Order: sequence, then C-alpha cells, then structure tokens
Amino acid sequence: MSEATVYEWKPVKGFALSGLFWGAVSILIGLYISIQMWMPELNFPPYLTYGRLRAVHVNGLAFGFAVAEIFALSYYIVQKLTKKALVFPKLAMIQLYIFNVAIVAAAVSLLMGYTQSKEYAELEWPLDIGVVILWVMFAVNVFATIIKRKVEQMYISLWYIIATVIAVAVLYIVNNLAIPASLFKSYSLFAGVNDANVEWWYGHNAVGFVFTTPILAMFYYFLPKATGLPIYSHRLSIVAFWSLVFMYLWTGAHHLVYTPLPDWIQTVGIALTMFMIAPSWGSVVNGYYTMGGNWDKMNTNYLTKFFILGITFYGLQTIQGPTQGLRVVSQLIHYTDWVPGHVHMGTMGWVAMTVGASMYYTISKIYKTEIYSIKLANVHFWLVLIGQLIFSISMWILGIQQGAMWKAITPEDGSLTYTFMESVINNYPYWKMRTFGGALFVVGMVVFAYNIIMTVVNANKSAETDGTPAVATGGK
Amino acid sequence: MAGTLYKKPILFAIVVTLAVLAGTIVMMVLPMFSESMHPKLANLKPYTALQLAGRDVYQEDGCFYCHTQTVRPLKAEVMRYGEYSKAGEFAYDQPFLWGSKRTGPDLARVGGKYTDKWHYKHFNDPRKIFTGSNMPSYGWLADHQLDPKDAEARMQALGFPYTKEELTELADKTKLDALVAYMQTLGSAVPKKPKQPMIAPGDKNPLINDTTALAEGKKIYEMNCAACHGVDAKGDIGPDLTDKEWIYVQSPIGDDTVFTLIADGTKKDQEFENRKAKGGMPSWGEFFGKKKIWSLVTYIRSLEEK
Repeated sequence: MSEATVYEWKPVKGFALSGLFWGAVSILIGLYISIQMWMPELNFPPYLTYGRLRAVHVNGLAFGFAVAEIFALSYYIVQKLTKKALVFPKLAMIQLYIFNVAIVAAAVSLLMGYTQSKEYAELEWPLDIGVVILWVMFAVNVFATIIKRKVEQMYISLWYIIATVIAVAVLYIVNNLAIPASLFKSYSLFAGVNDANVEWWYGHNAVGFVFTTPILAMFYYFLPKATGLPIYSHRLSIVAFWSLVFMYLWTGAHHLVYTPLPDWIQTVGIALTMFMIAPSWGSVVNGYYTMGGNWDKMNTNYLTKFFILGITFYGLQTIQGPTQGLRVVSQLIHYTDWVPGHVHMGTMGWVAMTVGASMYYTISKIYKTEIYSIKLANVHFWLVLIGQLIFSISMWILGIQQGAMWKAITPEDGSLTYTFMESVINNYPYWKMRTFGGALFVVGMVVFAYNIIMTVVNANKSAETDGTPAVATGGK
Repeated sequence: MAGTLYKKPILFAIVVTLAVLAGTIVMMVLPMFSESMHPKLANLKPYTALQLAGRDVYQEDGCFYCHTQTVRPLKAEVMRYGEYSKAGEFAYDQPFLWGSKRTGPDLARVGGKYTDKWHYKHFNDPRKIFTGSNMPSYGWLADHQLDPKDAEARMQALGFPYTKEELTELADKTKLDALVAYMQTLGSAVPKKPKQPMIAPGDKNPLINDTTALAEGKKIYEMNCAACHGVDAKGDIGPDLTDKEWIYVQSPIGDDTVFTLIADGTKKDQEFENRKAKGGMPSWGEFFGKKKIWSLVTYIRSLEEK
C-alpha cells in the first residue's frame, strides 16, 4: 500500500539537522549564562552580557531548536499519516533556507540589543514578518497534504498539528503588533496593564502551542510506533484534545497574579488553570495505559523510556504549573528561581526527551538504517535525566528559600529580617549546582547529536558503497 | 456525526479556531475595550526624550530579565519596596516592563530613592556598592552618545510631546545619563505616603552602652551603609560620619535626630535641628525596624571624634 508513495524526506532531514545545530549552540549559551549568574566577570559588554545572551538562549531553543524539530517531525508525521508525499516539497526547501537565514539574523539582532522586550516575543518587527511568512509556508504544506490525504480518518497527531498551526498564528500576530520607529526599533501597540495581559495571553500559550501540542503530536505518533502498542483510548484522546485546545487560551493571567491586572481576569485565569490538570493528565494516563502490561519494554526497547519519562515530566509539570498559579503559592515562589526550575523541567524533561526519541526513530527510518549506537542513546538518556533533575530540584529549593527570605519579618520589632543582598548571597551555591546539572545535560545532548550525526554519516557511506542499508554498529 | 469531524480537515480547523478564539475573546479582546484596562493616574506624565532613551536602554540590555517593576500588595513587599503598584502608573509604557524574575530587586519605587551619583557609581561597578552583587557593570554605556534624530523618531512613534531644545540637549548625553534619568522616574507618579514617626522627639538611645548592639550596628553598617559612607565611614557619596559636622554644621546633634535621619532619610531643604538637608539619604525605617536602627546609632556614635 505505502510502497507506491515516494515521500519527501529532504525537508525533514534539513529541519531535523538544522534544529540539532541551533539547539547545540543555544544550550551552550544557556550553560554560559548560568555561569554568569555566579561569576559576573564573564559579562563582556555590549554583546555578551546576561541581558542579551538570555534572549539568544531562549529564542534559540524555542525557534532554532523546537520550531525546527516541529517542522521536521510534523512533515514526517503528516506524510506518514496521510500516506501522501508533501504537496509542495520545493516550498518546504525554500522554507528551510529562509528559516536558517532568519535564525542567524535573529541571533545577531538580539546580540545587538534589538528587542521588543516581551518574553518569547523579543524579535523586532522585520523578523516577526519573516516568522509569519515561514509559518504560512508551513501551514500551506500541512493543510495541502492533509486535504489530499489517502487515509480518510485523521489520527490524533494530525489534530494536534492542525491546532498548533492555527493557535500559533493567532497568538504570534496579535502579540507582535507594534509601531515601528525605525528598521530595528518598535513600540508595542498596547500599553501598560493591557499590554501585560496581551503578552501573557501570548506567553503562556506560546508554551502551550510550541512546547505542548506539537510535542503531544509526536508522543501520540511515536510512542505506538516505537513500542508497537496502540494508544489505549481513542475517546480519552478526543476529550483531552478538545478540552486542552479550548482551555489553554484562558489561563495566561496566572503569570500576573498580584499585579495591577484587574482581579477578575486573574481569578478566571487561575480557575481555568486548575481545570487544565484534567486534559493534561488525560494524555499522561493514556500514555501509561498504552504500556498496559508491557512495561518490560522500558528495558528492551531503548526509545520507550524516553517517551515514558517525557510524559511523566509533562504530568509533573502540569500539576506543578497550576499549583503555582494559586495565589497562596504564587505569593511565595513568583519572581524566584523556582520558576526557571519549573520551566526547565518542561523543556529539559518533557520536550527534550520526547523530541530526542522521536528524532532517533525518524532519522533511522528515513535513512533506512538502525541508530548508530543504542548504548550511546542510553548514556544520553541518563545524563539528560540526571542533569535536569539536579537543575530543577536545586532551583525549587532555592526558590522557596528566596521567597521565605523576602517575606521574613522579625517578630520582636516587625522589621524585615533580610536585606535583598542577603538573599542574593544565599543563591550562589544553588546557582553553581544548577551549572553542574546543566553541564551534565549539555554533555547528554552532545552525545545525542553525535549519535544522530554518526547515524546519518554511516547511512550515507553505505548508500555510496553498495546501496544496502547500514546496520547498527553500537551496543545491544 | 461527531466521527465525521475527524474526516473533514477544513471543518476540523474551523472548530479548532473557534475553540482557540473563545478564551482569547473573553480574556484578552473584550477586556481591551473596558476602562479598567486603560487607567491613568492624574499626575502621570509621558516620558521626556531623555527618559525614553533610558527606557530603551533598559529594554536593549534586558534589564527586565532580572528586575521587576511591580510591587505586589503583600505586607513584606510593601515594606521592602514601597507602595504597591497601581494600574494607572503604566499608561505610557509600551511595552510594559513588569518582568517575571527578581534576580535583582524590584525597581518600581527606585525613583528618588538614591542620588544620581549613587546610580553612576553603582552602574560603573555594582560590587563597589554591594559586594555580593552579581549584576554586570554598565559603565560602558557612558561611551555611547545619544542620537537626537533617532530620539525624535521614537518620540513621534509614541506621540509623546517634545521640544527641539530637549532634543539638541541629548547630543551631549550618553546612554548612561539616559538610564539614570529613567531610574529616577520610576514610581514618581505615585505620591509617597508621609512616614509615621517611629520615635518621639527627644527619645534617648536605649542601647547606648550595649556592646552587642555595637557589634550588631557594625554588621548592619558594613552590609548597608559602607557603600555610600565608606568602609571607614569617612564619606564618599554620603558625608563623613566620623567628623564633628552634621548636615553641614559643626555642632553636636541628638541621638533622636540621627535615628530619624536613618529611619526617614532626607529630602531637599528638610530641616533637622535648624540645619537644611540637601537630600539623598534613603529611608531605612521599615527595613531595619527600631532595634537595628538604635544599634546603628550606637555604632555611628562610637566612630565620632570626641
């Protein structure tokens, strides 16, 4: 049946490997700025200061890594699930070239200090136009291929990809509306409290529709593929999908608890955030039950543990997130290092694990080979897992300490117990611990990149010599 | 019927769009048209060209990644920073710069808290003021002149009023001057509440001969006061505390007045025992509380020339 279809793998390969490159650069910057936190002498003005590098780190990973892999793996999943080759392969290749040029321009412009200074929407207006063009190119190929599909029923992953395409378009365009003052400088169209509300409606959903829905699309596709087990419940998938897509957009205001934003918006945002636990855990439960009585696959199939740990971190993330939204918790941990601890569990745990395993699967499929080394993939898994746990846990402990020090009042005379500086000095050991965890994670990701590159290199070599598929040279 | 939805991509996309728009409209679009999202305090003024240039530097260099600009209505927070933030303070903020992380302290009430001189010293080398600080140095901003033409385009984009003279004056200012000017505007639209006196005039220092208080005062001094008055207390940004001069007059001053100077800070032309202050001393009252301030008075008095 699928023999007849010749799929378009070139854009998949291009985006997968571009993402790997930008991801490597951006996590190294992440490691560097984590050192700047406890060694301010490492700030080299004007370009290499924390304030500018942080933007490059976050945008590099969100756009350079995550979006590239979303393009790559969505193009793979869409073609496979529709049994139809990409309708406009040339458009996808043009998209790939523009994408890489845009990432270079983005990195340079942020280092130059050209920023709208809204989190996750830093890029200045000319680059915003570039991002929109790239996204439209993506949307055209995805929709055209789905419309011309050879399989009548659309599988769950396609729902999540469609939702991603639509939601990101709406979010990105609205939040980036700006008044240009020059080619590299603009001012937000919105002001003050209203601007804050628009930004966090966007900011929270950028997380929702870049780091959640497309990653769920991968999870629902690659977990059954890697394990050979069908998704446990189709009905649960339907309920989880619609409730997630509906509710996500209501919740952004939990980022603005106790700010001057009108109280009712905060309260509705917090309430809907609590409801979000249900659809998130719908997918978690679906993942666990898919394993059913086959938990031995954690041991026998090297990809399974990535997906299961990935969805576990997603589950923890979606319990922790709503908890943080509650006023009583927010007043303690908001603005502290707890929050980067939370964010990095999502990105380093859920996203990096799921994307990593999806890449191993996809690369070996499209290069018609086995992965270079399963042993290295296992090393990658453990380094990434341990690195992330050290990072997140040290930041949670620190966050609670900071929050407690900031609000501590001396009982005898009602004065504040600690100056701000005392709380800063308390941070240093934990910030060093984070760098240590981050370094382990970086090494894990380097092993991952090496494993992928060697798989590609070997496949190309054997294709050149005798045209037969390569086989695994690594461990079991 | 429901099953056909997953066979019709266009219909599916439309339903997804509606689902996405529901929350968007209720939480983001509709509030935009309500008065409560666009309040403006009576004495809030648009930024001057210099202040706006400073705000642009604040954006360029990502200051908002480490500093917030919203004081939450929580007891300890109001004590630490000042009056909690009001919605009407931000009408001219495009974009808002509330931030999301306090690697450094909140800056919503920093305007007028320190002198310009303090800010220059601090930006040049934050560790000269706070030894444990991890803030990068921003003295290099002084090497970058402002561009009046660029400033004009920016003022026009925002529709803020400006004069030609104001723009020409920018030519001999640097990015650092602009940033300091911006710092001094933060929170200026909110009236500072008059301070309740913490002691009665004529109160005596209860810890005057207390050696533990002396040690405690020394610690507090080194942590908080040395940055401006010098490690040896011989003065730097703030005056010498070891000589016989108090507020530009060579004559003794009461312990109660020293307490009030520390607790309330000074404002320009404010009178203390018939001397006129020039302003610049920040207020530490809510921060330290009575006991720590008396300890500090004990320590400072021990430094004075006899």
